[in-house]
Amino acid sequence: MPVIVVEVMPKPELLDPQGKAVAGALHRLGISDISGVRIGKRFEVTVDEVTDAVLAEVTKLADDMFSNSVIEDVVSISVHPAPASA
Amino acid sequence: MTSIGVITFPGSLDDRDAQRAVRLAGATPVALWHGSHSLEGVDAIVLPGGFSYGDYLRCGAIASLSPIMAEVIEAAAKGMPVLGICNGFQMLTEAHLLEGGLIRNDHGGFICRDQKLRVENTSTAWTNQFPTGAEITIPLKNGEGGFIADAATIARLEGEGRVVFRYLGVNPNGSLNDIAGISNARGNVVGLMPHPEHATEEGFGPDTALAMRNGTDGLAVFASAIASLVAAA
Repeated sequence: MPVIVVEVMPKPELLDPQGKAVAGALHRLGISDISGVRIGKRFEVTVDEVTDAVLAEVTKLADDMFSNSVIEDVVSISVHPAPASA
Repeated sequence: MTSIGVITFPGSLDDRDAQRAVRLAGATPVALWHGSHSLEGVDAIVLPGGFSYGDYLRCGAIASLSPIMAEVIEAAAKGMPVLGICNGFQMLTEAHLLEGGLIRNDHGGFICRDQKLRVENTSTAWTNQFPTGAEITIPLKNGEGGFIADAATIARLEGEGRVVFRYLGVNPNGSLNDIAGISNARGNVVGLMPHPEHATEEGFGPDTALAMRNGTDGLAVFASAIASLVAAA
Protein backbone atom coordinates (compact mmCIF):
# COMPACT_ATOMS: atom_id res chain seq x y z
CA MET A 1 0.00 0.00 0.00
CA PRO A 2 1.22 3.55 -0.62
CA VAL A 3 2.87 5.50 2.15
CA ILE A 4 2.79 9.24 2.76
CA VAL A 5 5.90 10.39 4.61
CA VAL A 6 5.69 13.46 6.83
CA GLU A 7 8.88 14.94 8.27
CA VAL A 8 8.82 17.29 11.24
CA MET A 9 11.76 19.25 12.66
CA PRO A 10 12.15 21.45 15.72
CA LYS A 11 12.13 25.11 14.67
CA PRO A 12 15.62 26.20 13.59
CA GLU A 13 15.73 29.07 16.07
CA LEU A 14 14.98 26.80 19.04
CA LEU A 15 17.52 24.82 20.95
CA ASP A 16 17.33 21.09 20.14
CA PRO A 17 18.72 19.45 23.30
CA GLN A 18 18.57 15.96 21.73
CA GLY A 19 20.66 17.01 18.77
CA LYS A 20 22.99 18.93 21.06
CA ALA A 21 23.55 15.77 23.18
CA VAL A 22 24.39 13.71 20.08
CA ALA A 23 26.72 16.41 18.77
CA GLY A 24 28.43 16.47 22.18
CA ALA A 25 28.98 12.68 22.01
CA LEU A 26 30.46 13.01 18.53
CA HIS A 27 32.92 15.60 19.75
CA ARG A 28 33.90 13.35 22.66
CA LEU A 29 34.56 10.56 20.12
CA GLY A 30 37.00 12.86 18.39
CA ILE A 31 34.85 13.45 15.31
CA SER A 32 35.64 17.02 14.43
CA ASP A 33 34.24 17.42 10.92
CA ILE A 34 30.58 17.37 12.07
CA SER A 35 29.62 20.76 13.45
CA GLY A 36 26.01 20.11 14.43
CA VAL A 37 23.18 17.59 14.66
CA ARG A 38 19.45 18.25 14.83
CA ILE A 39 16.88 15.52 15.46
CA GLY A 40 13.37 15.50 14.06
CA LYS A 41 10.56 13.02 13.41
CA ARG A 42 9.45 11.01 10.41
CA PHE A 43 5.86 9.75 10.17
CA GLU A 44 5.11 6.95 7.67
CA VAL A 45 1.37 7.06 7.07
CA THR A 46 -0.02 4.04 5.23
CA VAL A 47 -3.12 4.73 3.14
CA ASP A 48 -5.34 2.61 0.89
CA GLU A 49 -4.76 4.91 -2.04
CA VAL A 50 -3.41 8.40 -2.59
CA THR A 51 -6.14 10.78 -3.67
CA ASP A 52 -6.30 14.56 -3.44
CA ALA A 53 -8.68 14.19 -0.49
CA VAL A 54 -6.35 11.81 1.37
CA LEU A 55 -3.38 14.03 0.70
CA ALA A 56 -5.32 17.05 1.97
CA GLU A 57 -6.32 15.12 5.10
CA VAL A 58 -2.75 14.05 5.87
CA THR A 59 -1.49 17.57 5.21
CA LYS A 60 -4.01 18.91 7.73
CA LEU A 61 -3.04 16.23 10.28
CA ALA A 62 0.63 17.07 9.73
CA ASP A 63 -0.10 20.66 10.73
CA ASP A 64 -2.64 20.01 13.50
CA MET A 65 -1.48 16.80 15.17
CA PHE A 66 1.85 15.43 13.96
CA SER A 67 3.49 18.79 14.65
CA ASN A 68 3.02 21.68 17.05
CA SER A 69 3.58 24.90 15.13
CA VAL A 70 4.78 26.67 18.26
CA ILE A 71 7.89 24.49 18.47
CA GLU A 72 8.10 22.55 15.19
CA ASP A 73 7.86 22.88 11.41
CA VAL A 74 6.56 20.36 8.89
CA VAL A 75 9.51 20.28 6.50
CA SER A 76 8.26 17.80 3.91
CA ILE A 77 5.33 15.66 2.84
CA SER A 78 6.11 13.09 0.16
CA VAL A 79 4.19 10.24 -1.47
CA HIS A 80 5.78 6.82 -1.88
CA PRO A 81 3.71 4.56 -4.15
CA ALA A 82 3.31 0.88 -3.26
CA PRO A 83 6.08 -1.32 -4.69
CA ALA A 84 4.93 -2.91 -7.98
CA SER A 85 5.41 -6.47 -6.74
CA ALA A 86 3.91 -6.05 -3.27
CA MET B 1 -19.56 22.19 48.85
CA THR B 2 -17.24 23.13 46.02
CA SER B 3 -16.20 20.14 43.93
CA ILE B 4 -13.01 20.03 41.89
CA GLY B 5 -12.51 17.33 39.28
CA VAL B 6 -9.13 15.73 38.67
CA ILE B 7 -8.88 14.01 35.29
CA THR B 8 -6.93 10.77 35.08
CA PHE B 9 -5.29 10.00 31.74
CA PRO B 10 -3.37 6.83 30.83
CA GLY B 11 0.01 7.57 32.41
CA SER B 12 -1.12 10.21 34.90
CA LEU B 13 0.93 9.98 38.10
CA ASP B 14 -0.14 12.81 40.36
CA ASP B 15 -3.90 12.51 40.07
CA ARG B 16 -4.29 11.08 43.58
CA ASP B 17 -1.98 13.75 45.02
CA ALA B 18 -4.07 16.44 43.31
CA GLN B 19 -7.25 14.92 44.76
CA ARG B 20 -5.65 14.99 48.19
CA ALA B 21 -4.62 18.63 47.75
CA VAL B 22 -8.20 19.52 46.80
CA ARG B 23 -9.45 17.79 49.95
CA LEU B 24 -6.86 19.48 52.18
CA ALA B 25 -7.85 22.86 50.73
CA GLY B 26 -11.46 22.23 51.74
CA ALA B 27 -13.21 21.11 48.56
CA THR B 28 -14.53 17.75 47.41
CA PRO B 29 -12.28 15.99 44.90
CA VAL B 30 -14.01 14.17 42.04
CA ALA B 31 -12.10 11.59 39.98
CA LEU B 32 -12.79 12.12 36.27
CA TRP B 33 -11.79 9.80 33.42
CA HIS B 34 -10.20 10.91 30.14
CA GLY B 35 -12.39 8.62 28.04
CA SER B 36 -15.64 10.06 29.35
CA HIS B 37 -17.56 13.04 28.02
CA SER B 38 -18.90 14.00 31.46
CA LEU B 39 -17.45 16.53 33.89
CA GLU B 40 -19.98 15.23 36.45
CA GLY B 41 -21.03 18.70 37.49
CA VAL B 42 -17.70 19.78 39.00
CA ASP B 43 -16.96 23.46 39.62
CA ALA B 44 -13.29 23.41 38.58
CA ILE B 45 -10.82 21.05 36.92
CA VAL B 46 -7.23 19.96 37.51
CA LEU B 47 -5.17 18.29 34.77
CA PRO B 48 -2.54 16.45 36.81
CA GLY B 49 1.11 15.68 36.26
CA GLY B 50 2.57 12.48 34.92
CA PHE B 51 3.55 11.05 31.58
CA SER B 52 0.29 10.60 29.69
CA TYR B 53 0.71 8.23 26.75
CA GLY B 54 4.37 7.86 27.68
CA ASP B 55 5.07 11.37 26.33
CA TYR B 56 4.65 9.84 22.84
CA LEU B 57 4.36 12.28 19.90
CA ARG B 58 4.88 15.29 22.20
CA CYS B 59 4.28 15.67 25.95
CA GLY B 60 0.54 16.07 26.50
CA ALA B 61 -0.27 15.99 22.78
CA ILE B 62 -2.29 12.78 22.66
CA ALA B 63 -4.00 13.46 25.99
CA SER B 64 -5.08 16.88 24.67
CA LEU B 65 -7.17 14.99 22.07
CA SER B 66 -8.95 12.85 24.70
CA PRO B 67 -12.76 12.73 24.64
CA ILE B 68 -13.13 14.68 27.90
CA MET B 69 -10.94 17.53 26.60
CA ALA B 70 -13.82 18.68 24.39
CA GLU B 71 -15.82 19.37 27.57
CA VAL B 72 -12.79 20.92 29.31
CA ILE B 73 -12.26 23.34 26.42
CA GLU B 74 -15.96 24.24 26.41
CA ALA B 75 -16.04 24.76 30.20
CA ALA B 76 -12.84 26.83 30.12
CA ALA B 77 -14.41 29.11 27.52
CA LYS B 78 -17.32 29.68 29.91
CA GLY B 79 -14.93 30.68 32.70
CA MET B 80 -14.54 27.48 34.73
CA PRO B 81 -11.24 27.42 36.64
CA VAL B 82 -8.85 24.95 34.97
CA LEU B 83 -5.38 24.20 36.34
CA GLY B 84 -2.73 22.23 34.45
CA ILE B 85 0.22 20.99 36.47
CA CYS B 86 3.37 19.81 34.65
CA ASN B 87 2.02 17.29 32.10
CA GLY B 88 -1.33 19.07 32.55
CA PHE B 89 0.33 22.38 31.56
CA GLN B 90 1.72 20.64 28.48
CA MET B 91 -1.82 19.42 27.66
CA LEU B 92 -3.21 22.96 27.99
CA THR B 93 -0.68 24.31 25.48
CA GLU B 94 -1.35 21.40 23.11
CA ALA B 95 -5.11 22.06 23.43
CA HIS B 96 -4.45 25.77 22.65
CA LEU B 97 -6.02 26.85 25.94
CA LEU B 98 -2.66 28.42 26.78
CA GLU B 99 -0.02 29.89 24.46
CA GLY B 100 3.55 28.74 23.96
CA GLY B 101 4.98 25.28 24.33
CA LEU B 102 7.21 23.16 26.54
CA ILE B 103 10.38 21.61 25.17
CA ARG B 104 13.12 19.40 26.57
CA ASN B 105 15.15 21.05 29.34
CA ASP B 106 18.07 22.96 27.83
CA HIS B 107 20.62 20.94 29.83
CA GLY B 108 19.07 17.68 28.58
CA GLY B 109 18.51 16.22 32.03
CA PHE B 110 15.53 15.46 34.22
CA ILE B 111 15.40 17.81 37.20
CA CYS B 112 13.79 17.13 40.57
CA ARG B 113 14.16 19.66 43.38
CA ASP B 114 12.33 22.06 45.61
CA GLN B 115 11.93 25.20 43.53
CA LYS B 116 11.54 28.78 44.65
CA LEU B 117 9.02 30.81 42.64
CA ARG B 118 7.52 34.26 42.69
CA VAL B 119 3.76 34.51 42.24
CA GLU B 120 3.66 37.36 39.72
CA ASN B 121 -0.10 37.60 39.31
CA THR B 122 -2.29 37.20 42.39
CA SER B 123 -5.60 37.86 40.66
CA THR B 124 -6.11 34.61 38.74
CA ALA B 125 -8.61 31.93 39.72
CA TRP B 126 -5.70 29.84 41.05
CA THR B 127 -3.56 32.51 42.79
CA ASN B 128 -5.95 34.98 44.45
CA GLN B 129 -5.15 33.72 47.95
CA PHE B 130 -1.44 34.59 47.68
CA PRO B 131 -0.22 37.98 48.93
CA THR B 132 1.14 40.28 46.21
CA GLY B 133 4.68 39.29 45.22
CA ALA B 134 4.58 36.09 47.29
CA GLU B 135 7.69 33.92 47.12
CA ILE B 136 6.92 30.24 47.51
CA THR B 137 8.74 26.90 47.38
CA ILE B 138 7.14 23.84 45.79
CA PRO B 139 8.60 20.73 44.11
CA LEU B 140 9.66 20.77 40.47
CA LYS B 141 10.20 17.52 38.55
CA ASN B 142 10.33 17.35 34.78
CA GLY B 143 12.42 16.57 31.74
CA GLU B 144 10.55 18.79 29.31
CA GLY B 145 9.76 22.00 31.15
CA GLY B 146 11.43 24.60 28.96
CA PHE B 147 8.74 27.19 28.24
CA ILE B 148 9.10 28.80 24.83
CA ALA B 149 7.03 31.07 22.62
CA ASP B 150 7.81 33.58 19.90
CA ALA B 151 8.95 37.04 20.96
CA ALA B 152 5.57 38.66 20.30
CA THR B 153 3.77 36.10 22.48
CA ILE B 154 6.29 36.50 25.31
CA ALA B 155 5.89 40.28 25.13
CA ARG B 156 2.10 39.94 25.21
CA LEU B 157 2.15 37.52 28.17
CA GLU B 158 4.47 39.85 30.09
CA GLY B 159 2.54 43.00 29.10
CA GLU B 160 -0.83 41.58 30.11
CA GLY B 161 0.42 40.23 33.44
CA ARG B 162 -0.17 36.68 32.33
CA VAL B 163 3.15 35.36 33.60
CA VAL B 164 1.69 33.93 36.81
CA PHE B 165 4.72 32.10 38.27
CA ARG B 166 8.40 32.89 37.68
CA TYR B 167 11.45 30.82 38.68
CA LEU B 168 13.73 32.44 41.25
CA GLY B 169 17.41 31.58 41.46
CA VAL B 170 18.99 29.42 38.77
CA ASN B 171 16.66 28.82 35.82
CA PRO B 172 16.00 25.05 36.04
CA ASN B 173 15.19 24.27 32.42
CA GLY B 174 15.90 27.13 30.02
CA SER B 175 12.39 28.60 30.14
CA LEU B 176 12.29 32.00 28.44
CA ASN B 177 12.07 34.92 30.89
CA ASP B 178 12.26 32.34 33.74
CA ILE B 179 8.57 31.62 33.12
CA ALA B 180 7.22 28.79 35.29
CA GLY B 181 3.51 29.30 34.72
CA ILE B 182 1.05 31.41 32.72
CA SER B 183 -2.66 32.09 32.45
CA ASN B 184 -5.17 32.80 29.72
CA ALA B 185 -6.45 36.34 29.28
CA ARG B 186 -9.45 35.76 31.53
CA GLY B 187 -7.33 34.28 34.32
CA ASN B 188 -9.43 31.14 34.80
CA VAL B 189 -6.99 28.81 33.01
CA VAL B 190 -3.54 28.51 34.58
CA GLY B 191 -0.69 26.12 33.79
CA LEU B 192 2.62 25.66 35.60
CA MET B 193 5.45 23.16 35.53
CA PRO B 194 6.16 22.93 39.32
CA HIS B 195 3.83 20.90 41.56
CA PRO B 196 1.72 22.79 44.13
CA GLU B 197 -0.13 19.57 45.01
CA HIS B 198 3.07 18.16 46.54
CA ALA B 199 3.30 21.01 49.05
CA THR B 200 -0.05 20.89 50.81
CA GLU B 201 0.49 18.96 54.05
CA GLU B 202 3.06 19.42 56.82
CA GLY B 203 5.43 16.47 56.94
CA PHE B 204 5.07 15.76 53.22
CA GLY B 205 6.26 18.95 51.52
CA PRO B 206 9.52 20.80 50.83
CA ASP B 207 11.86 21.64 53.71
CA THR B 208 11.31 24.99 55.38
CA ALA B 209 13.41 27.07 57.77
CA LEU B 210 11.17 25.77 60.53
CA ALA B 211 11.28 22.03 59.90
CA MET B 212 12.00 19.36 57.33
CA ARG B 213 9.30 18.62 54.72
CA ASN B 214 7.06 21.20 56.33
CA GLY B 215 6.25 23.37 53.32
CA THR B 216 2.61 23.88 52.37
CA ASP B 217 3.00 26.77 49.93
CA GLY B 218 0.98 24.92 47.29
CA LEU B 219 -2.21 24.84 49.31
CA ALA B 220 -3.16 28.43 48.41
CA VAL B 221 -3.37 27.43 44.73
CA PHE B 222 -6.30 25.14 45.47
CA ALA B 223 -7.77 27.47 48.11
CA SER B 224 -7.73 30.21 45.45
CA ALA B 225 -9.97 28.21 43.13
CA ILE B 226 -12.40 27.61 45.97
CA ALA B 227 -12.39 31.31 46.89
CA SER B 228 -12.97 32.39 43.29
CA LEU B 229 -15.90 29.99 42.98
CA VAL B 230 -17.43 31.13 46.26
CA ALA B 231 -17.03 34.76 45.18
CA ALA B 232 -18.72 34.01 41.86
CA ALA B 233 -21.65 32.15 43.48
